[in-house]
Amino acid sequence: MNPVTRTLTVAQRVLLTIRADRRTIALMFFVPALLVGLFSWMFNSQMLFDKVGGRLVGLFPFVVMFLAASITTLKERRSGTLERFLTTPMRRGEFITGYALAFALMALVQSAITLTFAIYVCGFDTKDNAWYLYLAAVVNALCGMSLGLLASAFAQSEFQVIQFMPAFIFPQIILGGLFVPVEQMPDALHTISDWLPLTHSLRAIVYITDGNPTGDVVQQILIVAGVCLACLLLGSLTLRKRTA
Amino acid sequence: MSKVASFTNVSVRRGSALVLNNIELTLPAGKIIGLLGPSGAGKTTIMRCLVGVQSKVTGAVSVLEQPAGARSLATRVAYSTQASSVFDDLTVQQNLGYARRMLGVAKENIAQVLRQVGLEAYASAKVGNLSGGQRNRVSLAMAMIGSPDLLILDEPTVGLDPVLRAEIWAIFRQLADSGKTLLVSSHVMDEAERCDQLIFVRDGQVIASDTLANILLQTDSTSAEEAFLTLAKQEVAA
Repeated sequence: MNPVTRTLTVAQRVLLTIRADRRTIALMFFVPALLVGLFSWMFNSQMLFDKVGGRLVGLFPFVVMFLAASITTLKERRSGTLERFLTTPMRRGEFITGYALAFALMALVQSAITLTFAIYVCGFDTKDNAWYLYLAAVVNALCGMSLGLLASAFAQSEFQVIQFMPAFIFPQIILGGLFVPVEQMPDALHTISDWLPLTHSLRAIVYITDGNPTGDVVQQILIVAGVCLACLLLGSLTLRKRTA
Repeated sequence: MSKVASFTNVSVRRGSALVLNNIELTLPAGKIIGLLGPSGAGKTTIMRCLVGVQSKVTGAVSVLEQPAGARSLATRVAYSTQASSVFDDLTVQQNLGYARRMLGVAKENIAQVLRQVGLEAYASAKVGNLSGGQRNRVSLAMAMIGSPDLLILDEPTVGLDPVLRAEIWAIFRQLADSGKTLLVSSHVMDEAERCDQLIFVRDGQVIASDTLANILLQTDSTSAEEAFLTLAKQEVAA
């Protein structure tokens, strides 16, 4: 048995757990698509939808993944299974990486469904950059997941995790440039906004849907990927084997 | 008498409270050791010290001649927490498969432990749908699957009917007969007579550590309950 096998074992087990819960799968896979559909219907103008649709495709998986990842890991911390398996050869890095892999796979499917729905049902125009948009959406979902894994370390109950959403996710949405362009915000908010991962992933999506997938897009996506990695690292550090 | 573990001058603080107060203990090998005391006495903390998940431990806890929690002990000591620590969303087979792969033992061990705990018929049942006693047995099977030398089981029989309890104790006996050591906690004093060795814990202190026969003799009692009361009174008086 080596670290890779153990990591894959964790990932496989997480997927088995998710698969056992059909309703959660349905919520994870289809709610983001339906929300995008709702927006498209509400706007009643293809031009307006083309302007924000890309960002919505990125936003909803971000939120859904945050919740799914934080609650599943919290459940594991509280059920005693984490404590039990930390006394086996499993290391905390293997645990976190296993979780990240499992949710990454879920994110790939979720973003594919959301984007396909936006393009074929809502008629969203990706300006021939569908693959870039898919990449940005997946990275965004991964970012929500890693924030969720980290957040679960600071919650003692499911109720608290839910409260983390208005505390940590809503400000990112508000300051992410969806309502007011970041450049037009007061200086202080502009600075804060630049430090939030969602700002960068939404910016990447704007670059893509404006039709210029250049180095700028890659740069923004790399920033978000960096935040993901930092969160996962911090998350694994908060998984103490020895607790009070 | 060889020993599997020992506590030397061990104390544990949680906040300002002293949850374990200067514990001295030796756990003999190949026995069923009962860790008895009321809830809040420190039983779980003693177990957590042995598997190395307790923080703020002073003094020395040694297990199989290594410091508790050492990497090399990960496959030799198995721990089942009070909250059953099983995956409710998975089947019995999947739970055991996960434990087996984490410990790096052969697939055949699954069938073997299922037989030992009498759950062969439930291999593909979802653990969340099982009864409390069956869940406890899944948890026990997960602890047994790596053939560890020391099994640390926190309240494995809590809430079970007497028939199921007897069945689980029969499994413990088989394990001890095959040379394993079991540390089993309970707050039910009548489980004392099923153990080879007893540790009485109260208010973070070990008030007795001996065989039931010796404890009864020393306290001039006829039952474990009575002996515990006598020892607790002596402790308060002292």
